[in-house]
Amino acid sequence: MKKRQKRLLLVAGGLAGLAVVTGLVLNAFRDNLVFFYTPSDIAAEIVPMERTFRIGGLVEDGSVYRGEDGVTVHFRVTDTAVAVPVVYHGILPNLFREGQGVVAVGSLQDGGVFKANQVMARHDETYMPPEAAEAIKRAQREGARTVAHPEGY
Amino acid sequence: MSERGIQWFRFTAPANFYDLAGRLIPWFAALTVALFGVGLYMGLVVAPSDYQQGDSYRIIYIHVPTAWMGMFLYVLMAVYAAIGLIWRIKIAEIMAKSIAPTGALFTFLALWTGALWGRPTWGVFWVWDARLTSMLLLLFLYLGYMALHAAIDDRQRASNASAVLAMVGVVNVPIIYFSVHWWNTLHQGASITVTEAPTMAMIMFVTLMIMVLAAWMYSIAVVLARARVELLERERTAHWVRERLEGERG
Repeated sequence: MKKRQKRLLLVAGGLAGLAVVTGLVLNAFRDNLVFFYTPSDIAAEIVPMERTFRIGGLVEDGSVYRGEDGVTVHFRVTDTAVAVPVVYHGILPNLFREGQGVVAVGSLQDGGVFKANQVMARHDETYMPPEAAEAIKRAQREGARTVAHPEGY
Repeated sequence: MSERGIQWFRFTAPANFYDLAGRLIPWFAALTVALFGVGLYMGLVVAPSDYQQGDSYRIIYIHVPTAWMGMFLYVLMAVYAAIGLIWRIKIAEIMAKSIAPTGALFTFLALWTGALWGRPTWGVFWVWDARLTSMLLLLFLYLGYMALHAAIDDRQRASNASAVLAMVGVVNVPIIYFSVHWWNTLHQGASITVTEAPTMAMIMFVTLMIMVLAAWMYSIAVVLARARVELLERERTAHWVRERLEGERG
């Protein structure tokens, strides 16, 4: 075998081995690499209850209300299966709104309320002009109406 | 080598590479200026604002091209490094070394613009989620590659050692790409994938692609220019260098 071929084999073999090792390590750490837990994880009690952790999900529609002092906010974070009540005292990011993604940092209190020290907004990978978003909403409303119409008869 | 007959091996000859690169650089530089001009105008003026994020989403026109470039260039650098290591082609070694600073610059810009984008949308400059952390690791890999190259005086040993580092670091690139897919992250998923239509308005997508092309043109021009200088330095005693430098002077 030529020196060149030996080097090629060495490099190829080394990289293949490395890829396997990395795959195994990532697989082993799978659960430790999550940035946030979901409300379902809390229901299944696989979250570290005794220390600070993050929960993520959508802000449930119609769940947001502000306390009398004006800076305490109550809302529920849902993953559409389970919803967790959250209380937060502070300024919310601009993108925080009902139906939007959110990640809250804090800990679970007695009674199952999540007390957040920090709230971050998540946004999805969709970008479009406001008019397009409006048009989609309108189309969905009209679509719902045309579907609902025959049943109304 | 007995297979010297293959035509494209000619371009790996230092003198030919030097001349060809010299002729190509002005074209790529001109394309860079033109595409950045058009792309920035479209991104800042023509493209509409976003329905959720308003105008702050416009950072995407810098953020995504720089992040992609940082990742692409790393793979390219590793491929050149591997070719240099296995086949002992000097130009490949030089290309690998020349790509590193540009890749590091783009990675840094991606992290920086990401922080500036994160503050108004997420509410934080930085979080240790899988996407952000693996991207930071990419920057450290670039810096480590450059540091290792600079730390060893012997050229051949420097090339070999840093080539191994470059190749090992490649495993990080798919981790960056799939991080938003494999784990819960604060960073959102990919808007543009090979298999599906982009989840962004067409005008935004076109603008983004122009900026991506501009980043490519910039990278090619700058890397070739850097490789030319590196080549001159390595070959300073060679006949062809003296020939060309005297020609330029006269």
